[in-house]
Amino acid sequence: MGIQDETADSIYTDLDEYAGVDDDRSEWSRFIARWRETFASQWRLLKQDTLVVFGIVTIAFFALVAVLAPYIAPHSPLERQYGDDGVLISQWHEPFWLGGEGGHILGTTAEGYDIFSQLVFGTRPALIVGFAAAVITATFGTMVALVAGYYGGRVDDVLMRLVDIAYGLPLLPTVILMVAYLGPSFFNVIIAVCLLQWRSSARVIRSQVLSLRERPFVQSARVAGASDWRIISRHIAPNVLPLTFLYAAFAIGWGILTEAGVSFLGLGDPSQVSWGTMLQSSHTYNAMSHGVWWWFVPPGICIALVVISGFLIGRGYEEITNPKLRRRN
Amino acid sequence: MSEQIEDGEPMLRVENLQKRFRVDDGIVNAITNRLRGDDPSYVHAVDGVSFDLQKGETLGLAGESGCGKTTTGMTLTKLYEPSGGSIRYEGRDITDLEGEDLQAFRRNVQMIFQDPFESLNPKRTIFDTLVEPLKIHDIGNQQKRVARALEFAGLTPPEQFFDQFPHELSGGQRQRVAIARALVLDPDFIVADEPVSMLDVSLRAGVLQLLERMNKEYNLSVVYISHDLSLLRHMCDKLAIMYLGRIVEYGRTEEIIESPKHPYTKALVNAVPVPDPTIKRTRVELAGEVGDAIEVPTGCRFKDRCDEHLGDVCDQVSPPLERKADITGDRLVGCHLFESAEGFDPEAELVKSRSGDGSPVAAESDD
Repeated sequence: MGIQDETADSIYTDLDEYAGVDDDRSEWSRFIARWRETFASQWRLLKQDTLVVFGIVTIAFFALVAVLAPYIAPHSPLERQYGDDGVLISQWHEPFWLGGEGGHILGTTAEGYDIFSQLVFGTRPALIVGFAAAVITATFGTMVALVAGYYGGRVDDVLMRLVDIAYGLPLLPTVILMVAYLGPSFFNVIIAVCLLQWRSSARVIRSQVLSLRERPFVQSARVAGASDWRIISRHIAPNVLPLTFLYAAFAIGWGILTEAGVSFLGLGDPSQVSWGTMLQSSHTYNAMSHGVWWWFVPPGICIALVVISGFLIGRGYEEITNPKLRRRN
Repeated sequence: MSEQIEDGEPMLRVENLQKRFRVDDGIVNAITNRLRGDDPSYVHAVDGVSFDLQKGETLGLAGESGCGKTTTGMTLTKLYEPSGGSIRYEGRDITDLEGEDLQAFRRNVQMIFQDPFESLNPKRTIFDTLVEPLKIHDIGNQQKRVARALEFAGLTPPEQFFDQFPHELSGGQRQRVAIARALVLDPDFIVADEPVSMLDVSLRAGVLQLLERMNKEYNLSVVYISHDLSLLRHMCDKLAIMYLGRIVEYGRTEEIIESPKHPYTKALVNAVPVPDPTIKRTRVELAGEVGDAIEVPTGCRFKDRCDEHLGDVCDQVSPPLERKADITGDRLVGCHLFESAEGFDPEAELVKSRSGDGSPVAAESDD
């Protein structure tokens, strides 16, 4: 062994032999291929579970309803209806299939609003809060986690103490206080939910980043001279993506539940109909003690369906991120 | 090291390299330490390592788990900042390099890791993985270079591997991809950390041949890190045996394997199985574990496991790695059993330490 006389200086001195290989592999086509592979592999795992498919189908259905709400709903949600006698309805009407007059699919409220139309339009705030909460919490939590986990040291200390403080805040009381302070508007509810939900994704993803940054593939990128940004964006972030999706899926459920809870307490946006405000007005009019079940049961079922679907998808993602939970086929 | 084995400024010169890791890191520990008045404690992973590496030369770092060989390798590639000592590459100290100088150094140094399942990003294709170093250093002809590197690593035809993901390859193929990635920048030296220990025995020969070819045909210097002496004997020109953060014996591979001098080297060489049942040899067995790298013992680090222990000298005086008068050849040994050729007298050091403040003497600068 040792130094030989006839050594080439480089293995790349004869690159001309490769003239046939063209040098324009499109950056974009590989970028798209990479993402397609990421989503395709997760979809393959997700669709193995019928419950997850049920969750996705349910949310897709409600999303469709939300988009097509004006075409599905027979009336405007906040338009008072007239009875057959031509007078404004001032007492609830039963659904038409229980013999109620006016042909309302789910009857009317005590104020004379069409319940089915309210239900259809109520899908919009629910899904907007759910998805906004999901996207913002997951993105913010992941970014905090990437910075804290990758840089470590004092940065990590400061960010994780912030997470500790966020953990100290109880969900509903804090949201109520914030909405009371910022005013009852729809976006304040979203902001409040996000402020409280980023904490768990930040903490869990950080621990994943801590382990990823010591992995040999990150080390070899560093040896090759990769910048911090390159390592975080190309090597660490793609590998925590399933966890991000997991927390996004759970955040959908929490966002909708919180919005419904806040609206039920009368702190929602008064100009907007949501499932929570429907429950709140049915409560105000004592619908339950009068047996007016068609007023409060449908929004309750809708909330439960969407929230359960979010959690089912989240559970499916848990199986992707933690293969030990996976059932053997 | 006071003397060079070969003449001329070597490509890489490591002098008294040290790497410590804080054990009790974090705010809470820092506060409790301050309240108690304790000094923070450190793991002395590498504690005074020196060697030279010439262009085209191969050096093996051998030793048990935890002796600091991997830390040495990672410090050489600047994955860790050294806590002390210097690393000179082509006459330039690289320990404090930053910015463009550091990038220029990174172009010339690469590392191959032990576990081929962990060393490739599972979310990136082989082409993405290989082209990344070229993009970082803005080198042209990217696709041709990637193809050439893959072909050199024995993955042919290279285009077939471009769009594959690591999970679609076998362990041996992945390690070849890792080697191709190390080669794609055309480096001057490579640190190979246990390059075949995770591979199937049947695949090792192929990967070793590949490593040997890259050393021989392209004059690449390689630092092999391994616990496997038979592998190092096959691959390396020089050998450094490490124990608890120090080199205890350093010299030509054949000489060390044929006649080990340090008691620890003897035990290591003895542990290598010989495929001949008729050969009789005296077994040297090591009792106990590697010592504590946090509370580093005084004197010789090997004293508790050594069966040729000399008494107080070994307990109190740390043996420097030096040329010995009673050992021929280019050999450096750190052991009191042999007479120093450089005038170091451990007995005198022992007397000095007793007459002085009573603290143990460290022959080399200790912290």
